[in-house]
Amino acid sequence: MSMARTGTRPEHIRPRGGASAMRKKTFWLTTMMLPATIWLLLIRYLPMFGIVMSFLDYKLPTRKVPFPLNLLKSPWVGLKNFQFLFTGESLTMIRNTIGYNALWIVLGLLISVAFAIMMSELSRKFLAKTYQTMMFFPYFLSWVVVSYFLFAFLDPTNGMLVRSQRAAGAAAVDWYNTPAYWPYILTICSLWKNTGYSTVLYLSAITGIDRSQYEAAAVDGATKWQQTVHVTLPHLKPMIVILLIMNVGKIFNADFGLFWSVPMNSAPLYPVTQVVDTYVYRAYTSTGNVGMSTAAGFLQNLVGFICIMIANGIVRKLDADSSLF
Amino acid sequence: MTTAAKKNTGAFRLNMVSRKTESVFHLILGLFALACIIPFIFVIIISFSSENSIRQIGYSFVPSSWSLDAYRQVFNLGDALWRSYFNSFFITIAGTVLSVTMCVLYAYPLFRKDYKLRGFFSFLSFFTMIFGGGLIPTYIVCKNLLGMSNNYAALIVPMLVSPFNIIIMRTFFQTSVPFDLIEAATIDGSGEYTTLVRVILPIVKPGIATVALLTALGYWNEWFLCLLYVTKRDLYPLQYLLMEMQRNAEFLARNSSMIGASGAQAVASLPSQTMRMAVVVFIVLPIACAYPFFQRYVVAGLTIGSVKG
Repeated sequence: MSMARTGTRPEHIRPRGGASAMRKKTFWLTTMMLPATIWLLLIRYLPMFGIVMSFLDYKLPTRKVPFPLNLLKSPWVGLKNFQFLFTGESLTMIRNTIGYNALWIVLGLLISVAFAIMMSELSRKFLAKTYQTMMFFPYFLSWVVVSYFLFAFLDPTNGMLVRSQRAAGAAAVDWYNTPAYWPYILTICSLWKNTGYSTVLYLSAITGIDRSQYEAAAVDGATKWQQTVHVTLPHLKPMIVILLIMNVGKIFNADFGLFWSVPMNSAPLYPVTQVVDTYVYRAYTSTGNVGMSTAAGFLQNLVGFICIMIANGIVRKLDADSSLF
Repeated sequence: MTTAAKKNTGAFRLNMVSRKTESVFHLILGLFALACIIPFIFVIIISFSSENSIRQIGYSFVPSSWSLDAYRQVFNLGDALWRSYFNSFFITIAGTVLSVTMCVLYAYPLFRKDYKLRGFFSFLSFFTMIFGGGLIPTYIVCKNLLGMSNNYAALIVPMLVSPFNIIIMRTFFQTSVPFDLIEAATIDGSGEYTTLVRVILPIVKPGIATVALLTALGYWNEWFLCLLYVTKRDLYPLQYLLMEMQRNAEFLARNSSMIGASGAQAVASLPSQTMRMAVVVFIVLPIACAYPFFQRYVVAGLTIGSVKG
């Protein structure tokens, strides 16, 4: 990119046929961008103006006052829509969102890097390949399907765990009404579904490392552990950093499907399953409060944006090559 | 070392972890790998269990008796099921074709070093990855302004463009298309579109396959759009049908005593537990069958996307 911008272009990208050919080329290439550009403007950029609704007492559109015009009829209420932030309910959901994300970022990183390193040390490549294929499988399933998988174990009447608890003479746990277990269940589900994916990513980075570096280290008497610490991990660092930035940037975004369909939308579990995304959706569908749910969504995006900027800024200070932008 | 590893017969292990350590690795990885597929196998077993067995011993890996009733019921669902199956396939295919076309058309000029507006358009798509209007404004724009409600467009359009896929596609262009080739085609008098379709696309087929698979998976697994925009049963994709079955079953089970006779009747005609598990099998089966073949492409794509993204 920098080459194209400087005045002295290398021979092969200098335009041929002068300015008119250049204009023609720019024109045709721009027409290619049009479909997706229109989509981006309509579905991604236009809603950004909708953020204004978080400062309005939103009036629903009617036949007489159709959609964009009803905004003019909605009175300005300042920060009133943000008052929800100071309720106990919203503190819970913020704690849940950030807490789960932070925990899963750390656990996911440790487990998948460890798995990838173990996998790369297996001598039977066929088995390693088989493990990889099996581990990656859950990544391709929807949370709705996963919720059925879980249901097969926890269903209050027929679930396998419930039946075996009864068979053992113990009182069966009413899983879908007992919040205490869900932080663990959700953690297991999240790791179960995503570990395979990140393991595969790290494994492909490890496979790309030049083997001669390990040989050199071995000749110098490095143990396998020392090789891992001094050869493998430094090579994985850029990827770890990039995935960390991306995840930290998304720390205020939760996986809607996981928190909504896996606990079967069970109300008694809300204290431990309510996250920003489900809160916005439930606030909107139950109360129809557009102003407040827009405000919550806006805060979510704003915090996410700030997080990703800070994370990226820190990384750029430490190691410019690893930063995202 | 690699050749040594390949020839490794057990007695000679050059620069490898000890046998004991490797067995521990096998144990850990093997157990986790099994845990990843066992729930699916469990659901398959449940779908073939008889209702009797479930009443007696609950869901079990070894049911007391087997039965095909669940699948009979699934086929008796008739229209609702086939309609949803059709919807899922239609949404997946139409969505993927449109989405991949738009993705390739957007990514190609971004890769062209000689395209003047490349910086601007890169930013235009990249910025949406880090900031957005949020769920409710997007919902209002799609529904009230663009008329996406109770139609196929509502299930397809909101997912058409993915900046992530654009980055993957652009990287594929960068790594596999030599710039001289475009130059040569231009000298031969080929227009931009002709160059793209005739010269460039055949080279980046693996990239297209990758993006197409990721998109298709996204559409196949989608249910949130249906939750937001669709209330008409005719339009339900399979995933949503499944979710709704669960919801109805629970609602009726909880309230059957209150509703009385009509409620009891409704409970009796409920999709049975095994039948719902059979529908799960129907959803996962296409993925499970195709998965070993497309895994390679997806790994390539995700690796690129997450590193360059």
